[in-house]
Amino acid sequence: MGLVASFFGQLCGKEKKPEEERHLRANDRSFNLTYRYANNAIKTSKYNILTFLPRNLFEQFQRLANAYFLFLMILQVIPQVSSLSWFTTAVPLMFVLSITAVKDANDDIKTEKVDFSWNQLADPKFVFHDHSLLETVKQGNPDAQAFFRLLALCHTVMPDEKKEGELYYQAQSPDEGALVTAARNFGFVFRSRTPESITVIEMGKQVIYELLAVLDFNNVRKRMSVIVRSPEGKLTLFCKGADTIIFERLHPSCKKLVEVTNKHLSEYAGEGLRTLALAYKDLDESFMDEWKQRHHEASTALVEREEKLDELYEEIEKDLLLLGATAVEDKLQDGVPQTIEQLAKADIKIWVLTGDKQETAENIGYSCNMLREEMKEIFIVAANTAEGVKEELENARRKMSSSSADKPSVIKARAGLFWLQKTETVQDEKVDGEYGLVINGHSLAFALEKDLQLELLRTACMCQTVICCRVTPLQKAQVVQLVKKYKQAVTLAIGDGANDVSMIKAAHIGVGISGQEGMQAVLSSDFSFAQFRYLQRLLLVHGRWSYLRMCKFLQYFFYKNFTFTFVHFWYAFFCGFSAQTVYDEWFITLYNLMYTALPVLGLSIFDQDVNDRWSFQYPQLYTPGQLNQYFSKKAFVRCMMKSCYSSLILFFIPWAAMHDTVRDDGKDIADYQSFALLAQTCLLIVMSIQLSLDTHYWTAVNQFFVWGSLAGYFAITFTMYSNGMFLIFTSAFPFIGTARNSLNQPNVWLTIFLTSLLCILPVVAFRFILIQLRPTINDKVRHKMRNEALPATTKHVHVRRISTRRSGYAFSHSQGYGDLVTSRKFLLKIPVRTRPALFTETDSPLAQNQPQHYRTITEEPEGSQSP
Amino acid sequence: MGKAKVKSGPLARRPDNSAFKQQRLPAWSPMLTANTVLPFFYFMAAICMLLGVWLLLTVQSTQEMKLDYTEAGSCNLCYQKRQNASNAAQSCTCKVMFSIQKAFKGDVFFYYGLKNFHQNLRRYMDSRDDGQMVGRKRNLKNPSSYCQPFDKDQTGVPIAPCGAVANSIFNDSFTLSYHQPGSSPVRIPLLRRGITWYTDENVKFRNPKTENLTLAEVFKDTAPPLYWQKPVYELDPDDPTNNGFINEDLIIWMREAAFPNFKKLYGVLNRADEVFAKGLPAGNYTIDINYNFPVQYFRGRKEVVLTTLTWFGGQNHFLPVAYLVTSSLILLLAVVLTVIWWKFGKAGKNMQE
Repeated sequence: MGLVASFFGQLCGKEKKPEEERHLRANDRSFNLTYRYANNAIKTSKYNILTFLPRNLFEQFQRLANAYFLFLMILQVIPQVSSLSWFTTAVPLMFVLSITAVKDANDDIKTEKVDFSWNQLADPKFVFHDHSLLETVKQGNPDAQAFFRLLALCHTVMPDEKKEGELYYQAQSPDEGALVTAARNFGFVFRSRTPESITVIEMGKQVIYELLAVLDFNNVRKRMSVIVRSPEGKLTLFCKGADTIIFERLHPSCKKLVEVTNKHLSEYAGEGLRTLALAYKDLDESFMDEWKQRHHEASTALVEREEKLDELYEEIEKDLLLLGATAVEDKLQDGVPQTIEQLAKADIKIWVLTGDKQETAENIGYSCNMLREEMKEIFIVAANTAEGVKEELENARRKMSSSSADKPSVIKARAGLFWLQKTETVQDEKVDGEYGLVINGHSLAFALEKDLQLELLRTACMCQTVICCRVTPLQKAQVVQLVKKYKQAVTLAIGDGANDVSMIKAAHIGVGISGQEGMQAVLSSDFSFAQFRYLQRLLLVHGRWSYLRMCKFLQYFFYKNFTFTFVHFWYAFFCGFSAQTVYDEWFITLYNLMYTALPVLGLSIFDQDVNDRWSFQYPQLYTPGQLNQYFSKKAFVRCMMKSCYSSLILFFIPWAAMHDTVRDDGKDIADYQSFALLAQTCLLIVMSIQLSLDTHYWTAVNQFFVWGSLAGYFAITFTMYSNGMFLIFTSAFPFIGTARNSLNQPNVWLTIFLTSLLCILPVVAFRFILIQLRPTINDKVRHKMRNEALPATTKHVHVRRISTRRSGYAFSHSQGYGDLVTSRKFLLKIPVRTRPALFTETDSPLAQNQPQHYRTITEEPEGSQSP
Repeated sequence: MGKAKVKSGPLARRPDNSAFKQQRLPAWSPMLTANTVLPFFYFMAAICMLLGVWLLLTVQSTQEMKLDYTEAGSCNLCYQKRQNASNAAQSCTCKVMFSIQKAFKGDVFFYYGLKNFHQNLRRYMDSRDDGQMVGRKRNLKNPSSYCQPFDKDQTGVPIAPCGAVANSIFNDSFTLSYHQPGSSPVRIPLLRRGITWYTDENVKFRNPKTENLTLAEVFKDTAPPLYWQKPVYELDPDDPTNNGFINEDLIIWMREAAFPNFKKLYGVLNRADEVFAKGLPAGNYTIDINYNFPVQYFRGRKEVVLTTLTWFGGQNHFLPVAYLVTSSLILLLAVVLTVIWWKFGKAGKNMQE
């Protein structure tokens, strides 16, 4: 009985029990296979050969428009109901269905190919090095060697040698990885570590250092040290840390070097580099023994362990000898700050959602110009309770706008198809000055609760910059959804990692950066590219064009069909409301399908009011799109009124010109067929001219489409009205001879000319007046384009962040991995590094999860390392 | 897919740098500037003005006479008579008189006109069988279902020509006479052939193939339309080649009018006669009408129209007047645009950001 029930359950697709447990036996494939669990194969293709037709048709008819036309076609089979023959709907419907089917099939085949096509992109390349420095190291300058030895030893990086000669460095922060990699490139290859030792290949020789202690980094100490014993038995403490901290602990003999170093450090910081000072100290065996004993006691103490350890560390980290300083470029991808700046000019609000720690996120915020020194205040929300978060948010809001109401003003409206969809929109509030908001994951969890989310949204929207750090993938999606729901804004999510997938899916537009993070983000996105800076081309150029084209297409499409329909409305007063069509049935069939299809297609593929370079120059061009200016309800009504006017002209002018006239030989020309031909020719010519007016960018293809469609119309018309077609398909082509008998009449052409003038000239005049009186930003830029050369593309000199914060030390800003590397835990599990969601250093050749080929050095010690 | 050149390296996935793919096709970007728009408007105003004047002169040179004979003169009696369908079989003739002040020079065309007759009603228009009229034997005996209920008579005999259009053919006939001063009235000769479109006469309407049969034999097993007094093969008693589906009055009627008020060609003045060699002289005329077509059912009117033509067709003042009005509107608009441009656009201040 249960079997039957479950069988039917499966059949009906409901009662499917959620799978609670799986039985698996390790290394027993045949046993595991007996359960028939779902396998891991990824399948993104939808169809196979058999299911394609029914499934595709089913999906297509789920679209309202297609279903509607199917219904219409069924109605048209009944002659008593329809004024048109069945083919007027059937032909276009078949056409659309088959085109879509071909497209779907093509997409599906492509997706299937894509599934396994991705690969590890490219090898990282060591792009820069200072030859003289390299020489110095090779010549065996002891200070230079000590410098790189320190970099190779004093860190908490995990090496991972998957293959002989292929090293992966797992660094806690990209900077750490960068420094270890730098040491590698200068001939000090950090090869492997155990809890008690570090293996380094120094200039091709393997050296194993005994690791005695790791004096770990934390936020207060702002430095880390390692104590190692070299194979020769020399004890050394290597220390790296924030310059100010290190300088306090230097031996007085270093005074001179400190001055030079300090000067360098100021330069580096001014350029926005993250700096570290390096120092070392040789230790006494006896002192070390005693210290180690105390260290052991302190680290096993039950009370005040931290303090005791700190004390011990202070004791040993003094009288250091300065080795030098490092500076790591905060290597964002190229053009990130410029892109942000451009997008901000285009009035696009940017929120950063990152899994990074707060400090890292802030640093990235600064380096990409999102957080700026001149901001009035940057609010940090980091409370750990709902009340705390609420308070912090409210305080921030009051500071920005003391007069802001307690309750957010929410506008409720209805939108969408038949106004079925209820919407709630939180209104923007005015703020003076620029503010930034940084909120961390813990607080965000509370802030995203129902009762706080509006508060969060209000406050966040008042800030120029919002950075959410330490957020989970789910929270990313929630934030996107929050904005979507209460701002009615169009959201775009861009990210490169698997943890961005949910957010990419939640946003209206998902963009994946294809980089080192694998392909998940790319595969789930609508658009993908390799660099963040391409976002500005996507939005400011292609997005804008696309919007413009779509709106033009829609407006034109509505215009041509409304006009077409309104003409019939006017004719109804003359044909006894009998639903007689004005135009020939074949014209009705082919009007949208052929005669006016290609020109508008050409328009919506090629049109650009302002070319790409000028679009970059004027990001403001993007704003009309955000305000829905090109196609709104207002524009729709305007379009309808224009159609109404055109249809009046297009019906009544031919009517008045023809109803009481005859051919030049006295024969009939006011008959239905001649009138239909005249009216449809007028319509088509007016539509073609209107399209030409809308086209701002005439490529050869546009010309070909417009002229070709007109020529095609006449060719097809003459063919369909020919003797042959009538004699073969008598009932389908009754218009025989109409074209020959009426298009040779001057008054027909005079009528066409007059209708065209009357339809088009008011539009031209209106547009001209608008350009003169109230030019839009587009008109202005177009005007500029005509009269001026493009301002020389100022190849943006990499704008360094001029920062008074000399904060950056190349550490992650929290407790280091010191405990981990000295324990045996890491041998079992390698921590998975997460990356920031939005601005990643994927481009950096330094800090990435890439195999490092160190062999080059050992085999060709004298050769250049640069490939 | 299937590209010959497989790219590799870091730029492997870079899209083609072609003008088409990168949207950089060379193009012409016209703009609505004062230099183009204003001259265009003035030019169009001038063109329309010229066309309007020319057309007006052309139309003025034509002459036209319209005469509503629905209830005019003795036709009133016939009008009353036709109110009752039971009198349909009885013939009724009447006479109307008119005079022409100024001679109609050149070819004169004689039309009959109907008002408020909706030949463009959808179901009416479809009620015909082109297959039958083009001489298909199958359709002759088996008319298209579109002809219903005028496809077969009560006994089931197929109707030829079938359908509502043919059934309602205009069946008044006219005889024009000229009253020459001091002599008896002269009958005005009208050419009743060659008044249809060439394609209609020669392609669209054909009699079924006769194969040595007479027309009457070809149409043997068919019935005439319900309202017809004569079968289709006896429509023109004078000219045997003008019978059957190729009868020109039938063809003209079958070319359905686009609007409820229309006129259809009845005949053209035969100028072979010496009196009418130059057209219709001024003077008095009468029309003898065989009054058959009832119009009160649709509150219609009937008229006859005499007109001369030019290359532009008949006397329709609409286009010339419309061109003149349009011309003045465009001129006005052009002036307004010029003023606006002069005051606001010229300095280019609005064009600053």
